[in-house]
Amino acid sequence: MTGGGLWAELLVAGLIVLGAVFVLIGSWGLVRLPSLMERLHAPTKATTLGLGAMLAGSVAYFQLIRGEWTTHELLVSAFLFITAPISGNMIAKVHLHRLRCEGETARAPAEPPGMAGTPAPPEPGIHWATYQAPLTGSPGDLAGD
Amino acid sequence: MTGTIIPYALGFGFAALGLALLMNLWRLLRGPGVADRILALDTMVINVIGLIVLGGIAQGSGASFQAALLLAMVGFVGTVAYAKYVLRGDIVE
Repeated sequence: MTGGGLWAELLVAGLIVLGAVFVLIGSWGLVRLPSLMERLHAPTKATTLGLGAMLAGSVAYFQLIRGEWTTHELLVSAFLFITAPISGNMIAKVHLHRLRCEGETARAPAEPPGMAGTPAPPEPGIHWATYQAPLTGSPGDLAGD
Repeated sequence: MTGTIIPYALGFGFAALGLALLMNLWRLLRGPGVADRILALDTMVINVIGLIVLGGIAQGSGASFQAALLLAMVGFVGTVAYAKYVLRGDIVE
């Protein structure tokens, strides 16, 4: 069953082009942005959104033009939208961990100050890239509240 | 058999994704820290998922979306495994 009108083709082509442009912007941001905390923004937001647009275009193509209903794309996009923040959070944790553990050694990468400025250091005794239990009296300490 | 507009959009999409993969590769080779390289690998996996999706549209068959789903899962697990290895020195504790 091949067919579909001009509007269906325009919709599919527009979604594919939109997704490709978003993915390209995400990778361009990955290349261009100065510090890692800003580089995290581009792939986790723009690339995921672009892939969502491409998957929506694929659903529209198979539904409107070929007349088949597929749900694998929806599954893929749901999975990506769930996992992208988690991987971004893990990478930010890795970055903060490396900065804290090797901040004084020569092996530490020289991190240029970002556009938004360097974030304020955590208060003494409180670690935000926390791989340990929250200290007593810290904001993450649920038992002490 | 696709129509008249979609092949051009697919060509643009393939070109954009290839260029994006090259940019990610540049960041993967250059990136000053481990976190940059993990991020570049994660983005490359996502771009390859996009390539598989576009290839599925170009071939007109929905058979390749299992590969896309599998790659999404494996890419996420790989990213988390890298991050856990750097954070804890071990993956499965």
